[in-house]
Amino acid sequence: MVQLVENKRVNVQEEEIVVFSLAGKEYGINVKYVTSIEKITFITRVPNTKPYIKGVMNLRGIIVPIIDLRTRFGLEETHYTEKSRILIISFEDITVGLIVDAANDVIKITESNVEAQPEVIGVEKQNYIQGVVHLQDRLIILLHLHKILNLSGEHDEHEA
Amino acid sequence: MEMDQYLEIFIEEAKEHLQNCNENLLKLEENPDDLMIINEIFRSAHTLKGMSATMGYEDMANLTHALEGVLDALRNGKFSFSSELLDKIFEAMDELENMVESIISGGDGRADVSEIIEQLQMLADSSNPVMKMVNPERETSANSSAGKLTYDEFEWTVIKQSREQGYHVYEVTIVLQPDCLLKSARVYMVFDAMEKIGEIIKSEPSVEDLEAEQFDNEFTFTLITKEPDRHVKETILNISEIAEVRIHPLDRANEPVDEPADQEESKGQLQNNGSKTKSSPTSGSTTKASGQKKATNMQRTIRVNIDRLNSVMNLFEELVIDRGRLEQIATELNHPELTETVEKISRVTSNLQTNILNIRMVPIETVFNRFPKMIRQLARDLGKKIRLHIVGQDTELDRTVIDEIGDPLIHLLRNSADHGIEMPEERKALGKPEEGTILLKAYHSGNQVFIEIEDDGAGINRDKVIQKALQNGLITEEEKDHLTDQEVYDLIFSSGFSTADKVSDVSGRGVGLDVVKNTIESLGGSISVTSERNKGSKFLIQLPLTLSIISILLVQVQDEKYGIPLTSILETGMIHKTDIQYAHDQPVIDFRGKIVPLLSLKEIFHVPVTKEQDQDNLSIVIIRKGDKIAALIVDQFIGQQEVVLKSLGNYLTDVFAISGATILGDGQISLILDCNALIK
Repeated sequence: MVQLVENKRVNVQEEEIVVFSLAGKEYGINVKYVTSIEKITFITRVPNTKPYIKGVMNLRGIIVPIIDLRTRFGLEETHYTEKSRILIISFEDITVGLIVDAANDVIKITESNVEAQPEVIGVEKQNYIQGVVHLQDRLIILLHLHKILNLSGEHDEHEA
Repeated sequence: MEMDQYLEIFIEEAKEHLQNCNENLLKLEENPDDLMIINEIFRSAHTLKGMSATMGYEDMANLTHALEGVLDALRNGKFSFSSELLDKIFEAMDELENMVESIISGGDGRADVSEIIEQLQMLADSSNPVMKMVNPERETSANSSAGKLTYDEFEWTVIKQSREQGYHVYEVTIVLQPDCLLKSARVYMVFDAMEKIGEIIKSEPSVEDLEAEQFDNEFTFTLITKEPDRHVKETILNISEIAEVRIHPLDRANEPVDEPADQEESKGQLQNNGSKTKSSPTSGSTTKASGQKKATNMQRTIRVNIDRLNSVMNLFEELVIDRGRLEQIATELNHPELTETVEKISRVTSNLQTNILNIRMVPIETVFNRFPKMIRQLARDLGKKIRLHIVGQDTELDRTVIDEIGDPLIHLLRNSADHGIEMPEERKALGKPEEGTILLKAYHSGNQVFIEIEDDGAGINRDKVIQKALQNGLITEEEKDHLTDQEVYDLIFSSGFSTADKVSDVSGRGVGLDVVKNTIESLGGSISVTSERNKGSKFLIQLPLTLSIISILLVQVQDEKYGIPLTSILETGMIHKTDIQYAHDQPVIDFRGKIVPLLSLKEIFHVPVTKEQDQDNLSIVIIRKGDKIAALIVDQFIGQQEVVLKSLGNYLTDVFAISGATILGDGQISLILDCNALIK
């Protein structure tokens, strides 16, 4: 009985995430932070910035900084393909674009789907991970935007 | 009651009304007999009183109430206008402005106003005996019929002229139900309803007494309207708790006799009712005081958040980029109808661009309008006679510039009043009119706005400036004889400079014109001064129309394009490799006899090399920051462009030597250089 009530409450907290792929793995970001998904257009390099900042792009008259997630995660850089996308993220009054290998779909998850991060998940720093969603045969890594954007400064802090 | 949501409106409107009062008070000083002006001030003061009382700012309401009393007495000719009176009123206005400022900064708008209120009341009271003589039957019984209110000269003129224009004049008596609880609220509702269909020119008891509920259940007012009396009655009866409405047309029978206009169109039943017999000679101007006044005075404007305008601007830029693509496609396809349509779109979009930029423009009047009062006060404090002449106050500037330009202008005006204009005796001795003139002039020229501040005062004293500059170590003994007049004048913009013999409250504490210069330069403008001994001096300020649109020189470095603001560029040129010299490890060149450091944009920005460049001949841009200059090596000059400056957003802050970016015609982004960061 108690279980049932709890399930109900969890159901109310249903969330949608945008799922994208990067180096063969699937990642997710809460849909409320994603304003749009764009194809890669011309990116202007901004000198003397961090290596993962690819530059800025023109998004309908607004200048948006672009982060290459592969570089951010220390993965090998590849050429952008037809499938490559930029996820435009609005997070804490900051707008940035994240370059990903492909944007897959939008799925619904509930809190009960989310698990704490396992010991070893991949090559990327575990710091960027908020949790893992296990859905049938898919494993989706939920990203910690605050950490990815490095909003707290030069050195990433440990998980609270 | 929760008033926060109205606070913004209150502040905006209070400012407008105060400004209106100030302007009209100054006008009044020149035409003390113009009843129209007094009436206009009275209106603003009255509105202010109502607004502040509603918002719970009691001190403000009390002060405006006292002010109203004085104005009312003045309006009714109870005492004559004098400079002392105006000073007192201005003092009250200053006090009100301070209160509004306090409210803006989150305060409660409280202030000790008892002293000034007392003084104002004394002024108003001193007129009372006269008032009683003119209006002996002010307290007439409420039961008398038509014409029970008495009118003064001014009111009769209004009544007469309104009637000439086909308005009806009614005396409306309203009896409230005995159990009516909020009497003043009912009065307000009645007045509000009446103001919608006409105008109330007088009430008995007075509006102040009505608002304070200082009456029984009955009050009477005089209404000027185009509506028939039946309609007026219906309107009033729609308001609840009203027991009775009596309407009496105010006819000629009640008018004073010897009105010339009256005799011409008289119905042959002119009567002398024994009231005041002298008619006012006021013509034309008083006409406006009647019902039609409101419509003409109302500005049809709306307030729009600047963010919304910015998003319109962004969308528009997107449109411009697509237009570029469309033009290209049309040229390729060479289809006549398509070409024609695209041309039309081009024309419309360029019109649109002008309009969108214009929306952000604000007339410089919003800055200028506080100056006349300031100069008047200054002149009094300094014991000088100064006239401020303003030209071109409707010149428009971008909002961003307007917000910044006020303080520098105040500084310059104070400077002219204090150091420029001489004392009256001195001027007389020089054969100049006692009254000095300061001309404040604004005008457009090209993409720039010019503001001139010219005075007919003493001019800049070359010897004094040189002496001062020597004292402060700005120049040396050897230099002083070689300086041109212009170079001497420019010294006054150096920091730590003041030529006033004595430090006064008004200006000159050693910090001054250099701050003005810095502010104006930070806005992308410039300032210069010309002067002639005993004829006066002229300060010329040059400003960009807007901060968001700048002129840049677009340069190419390998595959990348950068914009350099024209304001930072001294000149461009070509040098040969052999021209480069080395001072230690720093490459330098000889530029017109000066040794200038040579910087490579490619190295500073680590531009990826994709093609080999001609290494023998180098294109350079000479950039400056104040007096310091440097040479920048680029690969190629592309050309000069007007671009919209955009920020890189709040994620990429503090990028070295980049002040922002712009979107070029092909949709690509080009970064804008911050030359100030490149020159140390």
